[in-house]
Amino acid sequence: MITVENLSKRYFIGHRNAQGEGLRHALEGWLRNPWRRWQQQRTAKEEFWALQDVSFAVKTGEVMGIIGRNGAGKSTLLKILSRISEPTTGQIHIQGRVASLLEVGTGFHAELTGRENIFLNGAILGMTRKEIRRKFDEIVAFSEIEKFLDTPVKRYSSGMYVRLAFAVAAHLEPEVLIVDEVLAVGDAQFQKKCIGKMQDVAAKEGRTVLFVSHNMGSIIQFCNQGILLEKGRMVTHGPIEAVIKTYLSTASKNATWHRAGKTSAPPSRPSVSFTRIELCDATGTPSLELDVRKHFSVHMEYEVSHPLKALELGIRILTADGTPVLTSIVSDANPHALTVEKCGAYRATVTVPGMFLMPGSYLMNVVAHLSVGEVFDFLPGVFSFTILDTGTNYTKYHHNHLIGVVMKMLPWRDEPILPQPAWDLIQQAESATTF
Amino acid sequence: MAQHLKIEAGGGERQYWHDVWRYRELFYFLAWRDFLVRYKQTFVGVAWSLIRPVLMMFALTLVGKIGRLPTGGVPGPLFFFCGMLPWQFFSTALSESGNSLVNNANLVAKVYFPRLVVPASSVIISFVDFVIAAVLLFGMMIGYHFTQYHFNLPPQIIYLPCFVVLIFAASLGAGIWVAALMVEYRDFRFIMPFVIQFGIFISSVLTMTSSVPAHWRLLYSLNPVVGIIDGFRWCLLGGENVIYWPGLVASVLVVTLLLTTGLWHFRKMERTFADNI
Repeated sequence: MITVENLSKRYFIGHRNAQGEGLRHALEGWLRNPWRRWQQQRTAKEEFWALQDVSFAVKTGEVMGIIGRNGAGKSTLLKILSRISEPTTGQIHIQGRVASLLEVGTGFHAELTGRENIFLNGAILGMTRKEIRRKFDEIVAFSEIEKFLDTPVKRYSSGMYVRLAFAVAAHLEPEVLIVDEVLAVGDAQFQKKCIGKMQDVAAKEGRTVLFVSHNMGSIIQFCNQGILLEKGRMVTHGPIEAVIKTYLSTASKNATWHRAGKTSAPPSRPSVSFTRIELCDATGTPSLELDVRKHFSVHMEYEVSHPLKALELGIRILTADGTPVLTSIVSDANPHALTVEKCGAYRATVTVPGMFLMPGSYLMNVVAHLSVGEVFDFLPGVFSFTILDTGTNYTKYHHNHLIGVVMKMLPWRDEPILPQPAWDLIQQAESATTF
Repeated sequence: MAQHLKIEAGGGERQYWHDVWRYRELFYFLAWRDFLVRYKQTFVGVAWSLIRPVLMMFALTLVGKIGRLPTGGVPGPLFFFCGMLPWQFFSTALSESGNSLVNNANLVAKVYFPRLVVPASSVIISFVDFVIAAVLLFGMMIGYHFTQYHFNLPPQIIYLPCFVVLIFAASLGAGIWVAALMVEYRDFRFIMPFVIQFGIFISSVLTMTSSVPAHWRLLYSLNPVVGIIDGFRWCLLGGENVIYWPGLVASVLVVTLLLTTGLWHFRKMERTFADNI
């Protein structure tokens, strides 16, 4: 049982310039005015409320999905619930032991073997040595890494790594399990297994699970309750279907997306960020309602801070319940497009053909990442758009989605197996024998 | 079994110390991890724990020989080893625990546990090195006893554990101060090596405290390590190595102050570690 009352979290966004940061600045401020140092520093910074007045309750045995767009405050909420950072105001009461899995393999040490890491990770998550020993075989069996138990985890594949990490956390036997979007890393089969395990944890053992994911499909499968956050405030909570419906309807009603706020001075690490994304119909007009028979395009404008060798851009179209329909990345079409030689602003366009998506509601994700590795910018559900039925061969079917997500005219051939005279002869012979 | 947890701004003190107890095994696990990892992919492995103090001792003895530093009638290697033993512990514990939070930033940002565990386990692992070096020192003393320098252990050796506790407290106190400061001010990453390199010259590692001019002595003793090194030599070597009582009192006071303010500061800063690191 978890109750959250009027929870708020404030961050100060530093407006200190680079040279004024650190010890020198602090000492200088203190020397100038030893007594008022703290107040001065506070007012010089801008407040930012990551969470504001959030209240909800989760009953024992419930699986609560937390949904919201990037920056809605989901991660902050999980961090506060797992006691990693403190709330600014408000109270939380939690009955029972809490385990949180905010990242895959936190505390894993690359040099240590799988066996050693199970113990280390277990201890970090709050298990005693005795508990870990008792659960050890189960953890190993669940993670399917028996053969590699004594191999340093730096030699593991990312899939093995995730499996082991999840296995440790899943066997923690907490009364409350908090899971951030960690399953996105594993393969589909293992994701299924994890969700199954979490469902078991919730249903059979009467434990409470809080779950964050961008994948509406797994949320709707797995959660029975949900809360929707937007810009740090709770928009709605209740049964998960209703919450997801609200989420989709609040999805951007605008076919043009701008980055709110300007990105600051060039960071020391390479970064890529989208500045503007537009969904345009066949005539080039921004629109979220698209004709099923016509093509439509996504225009992405983005800024690159450093020359990059392997910048990959991608879009993914998902059905309204979160099932991916199609993923397209820039290197599919042009393998040489990946190198960005100069920093600056760029524009990319991708076109989706007409007569392809079935009429209905869809979501679109846009992402910029290194072709193998780091994700620079990820905008899940940046557009929620509708394909309008303007009359196709498929219109005769009432529930479009029951017959498929995409449409494609397939070439059919339909002809007799034997030439007509031969068929007639067989018919005659058969009728002759029956008499 | 079902425990009740209340989370609010300013958190509960009682709950904190309860958690420190609940996570007591984590002290061991983090120290164990660092110990395992430290000598991975090295050729001689754990032997480094022995080689390092021996090399240091040779270096100090050489410096002592060249500078004709007084050793109070004790063979140079023994005299310097006695001073180096607590100093080495203090300096490695200070630098390791000072860096520990920042080095474990991913843990701090992603999992809850009492943060005190991190610098404390760094001190513990430095203590393991200290024990290994101490065994080496006793071996040397026995060796000297049977060969060239015949001496008996002074009776005050029974006070040695007190000085071990004192150096441990000093290391922990200084370590958690630096660890907490380092989260916000990475400047300490550059300050600490300097403090440690310079500290060896103002901590009686090379010299006898009695050779410091009398009117400077009390001020000199404000460095807590001075009183502790004196204590080690007094307990182990005796003879001309006498203890300077006002200095020892100063040491104890400074260590107590360091540890209590260190804990207070750490607890205060701890709330924002995850946000600042």
